[in-house]
Amino acid sequence: MYVAVKGGERAIANAERLLAETRRGDPAVPELSLAQIDEQLSLAVDRVMTEGALYDRALAALAIKQARGDMIEAIFLLRAYRTTLPRLGEALPVDTARMLLMRRISAAFKDLPGGQVLGPTFDYTHRLLDFDLAEEGRPRATAETAPVVPGVSVPRVADLLGREGLIEPAPAANEGPVPDLTQAPLAFPAPRELRLQNLARGDEGFLLALGYSTQRGWGSTHPFAGEIRMGSIAVEFEPPELGFPIEIAEIVVTECDLINQFKGSAEQPPQFTRGYGLVFGHAERKAMSMALVDRALRARELDEATGAPAQDEEFVLSHSDNLESSGFVQHLKLPHYVDFQSELHMVREMRADWERTRDQIAARTLATKAAE
Amino acid sequence: MSAAPKPRLPARSYNFAYLDEQTKKMIRRAILKAVAIPGHQVPFAGREMPLPYGWGTGGIQVTAAILGRDDVLKVIDQGADDTTNAVNIRRLFAKTAGVKTTTHTEEATVIQTRHRIPERPLAESQILVFQVPIPEPLRWLEPRESETSKLHALADYGLMHVHLYEDIATHGRIARSYDYPALVHERYVASPSPIPKFDNPKLDRSPALMLFGAGREKRIYAIPPHTRVKSLDFEDHPFSVQRWDRACELCGARDSFLDEVVTDDEGNRMFVCSDSDYCETRRGGETPEAADD
Repeated sequence: MYVAVKGGERAIANAERLLAETRRGDPAVPELSLAQIDEQLSLAVDRVMTEGALYDRALAALAIKQARGDMIEAIFLLRAYRTTLPRLGEALPVDTARMLLMRRISAAFKDLPGGQVLGPTFDYTHRLLDFDLAEEGRPRATAETAPVVPGVSVPRVADLLGREGLIEPAPAANEGPVPDLTQAPLAFPAPRELRLQNLARGDEGFLLALGYSTQRGWGSTHPFAGEIRMGSIAVEFEPPELGFPIEIAEIVVTECDLINQFKGSAEQPPQFTRGYGLVFGHAERKAMSMALVDRALRARELDEATGAPAQDEEFVLSHSDNLESSGFVQHLKLPHYVDFQSELHMVREMRADWERTRDQIAARTLATKAAE
Repeated sequence: MSAAPKPRLPARSYNFAYLDEQTKKMIRRAILKAVAIPGHQVPFAGREMPLPYGWGTGGIQVTAAILGRDDVLKVIDQGADDTTNAVNIRRLFAKTAGVKTTTHTEEATVIQTRHRIPERPLAESQILVFQVPIPEPLRWLEPRESETSKLHALADYGLMHVHLYEDIATHGRIARSYDYPALVHERYVASPSPIPKFDNPKLDRSPALMLFGAGREKRIYAIPPHTRVKSLDFEDHPFSVQRWDRACELCGARDSFLDEVVTDDEGNRMFVCSDSDYCETRRGGETPEAADD
């Protein structure tokens, strides 16, 4: 009987329905709303927006719901949607010094202008399961927060050090157009702008592991958390017909400036160098990992020893995207009958050769023994 | 707490064949360049598609860029129209482009394929679009793109020849049964995608245009009609293709690539054509209706 797969179309349609059924789970349990996901799983929404490269909380929440909480699948949904959006223009660079701060810490200075603001952080919580949280309907906790003063710039730590010339200045703003990873394929060597774009979309787990590896001697960067800040910031766009910028959105971002020791080279005096991370929403782990890897990837530019995985731009940038890696790893599920058949064919032939040779050797050994 | 505002969601429609026209133009430019330089891998700004990377996104983007409303599309995977991924890609284009689809090789104007070239010879009016996982034939020998692009520029294929020679020294043969490297137009060594080497001769001087799309790796390359394509070999170890000492058990064909199908749990098996349309046509039967048409 010929039993190969037939009726793929029906099987696919049914699997899709089964997925929808499984996604909903027990109908006796109330369905999740997008607002619930956005409000109560907001860090999941942040990650999906960052790696999905699209700032839209409602769509990210929808993606998370549709993906049953599978983050990479949700990122995929958002990116595939992003592809179809028309490009209206480029926003002006955001100035993070003008951020409305919700959190701002520096591990390099005890106190600094603008102060340290802990904000909503897990950092000093005891990781004890809070059984009270299992009960629903409890009143919302309230907290005292630092006053937010709109319109006041809080200088970045790196800029404070910069005044002494002890730290490299931020790179000058691009004259001409900024290269765009989504509009042109990545080529090597990649300029830092493109590397940062790649890292910003890169998989958090991958960057975390790479960043960690630099702390364990695989391309050491001796970092200090110069500053981590999180808050909301206005995005401005200057329509050519208007000639002045207008505010089009307010987004929440996390920025990380790592400052790193640099012993100097023939051309440059000893000074601190910077690794930079910027992501949507509140995502410090990602921003810090990004900054570590950014700095590690500058090894060649700064004339440092290279060779560690995190310093290898082809290795890092080609493998950071979790849609690419997830897709290719999982494509092994697709049929490979033809290739496997070809390999079977070849292994059978090679085995026949091997057995023939073995038998010949055995016969020769027997003949030699008989002759003796 | 006041009632949460209803989230604002956008309209639900997509452009013809999913991609926007700007993107299609960009891809067509890459295709034109690829046709002008046979076998050369042209980088293009590959987009995220609604199917995963590694599942045919390169081929899908090429197909989306060349598809017109009058085209008739055939999609095969492993030679068959009814394998799940082929069904799924055909379904995508039926949904987003509304073009006519077919399972008959001779009716199709565009054929997207994974891992096979149809047995029935193609015509000048047809375009074959390959899904390519790793477009770089030298990738197994040199993982760095910055290096392999130099080797291609210099037409320096010594690495590949040494590799093939080492196979012969170690195994007595070139131990490569699919994705067998070929020299295109006497200039670029190219990957024919993971088709069995059985299909390599069909690339040579084919009257149909062959386009190769690698979505994840963001490369497009082409073999224009009637281009010379030579599978790499040595004078004393000439290229040869797989042969079976049996015929297809369904249609009796002796000239087609045969899949081995395990039929029971005692290790019995049968050999049948991997090209389902070829097999059905030879049996004079109707190809089963693709339910999505």
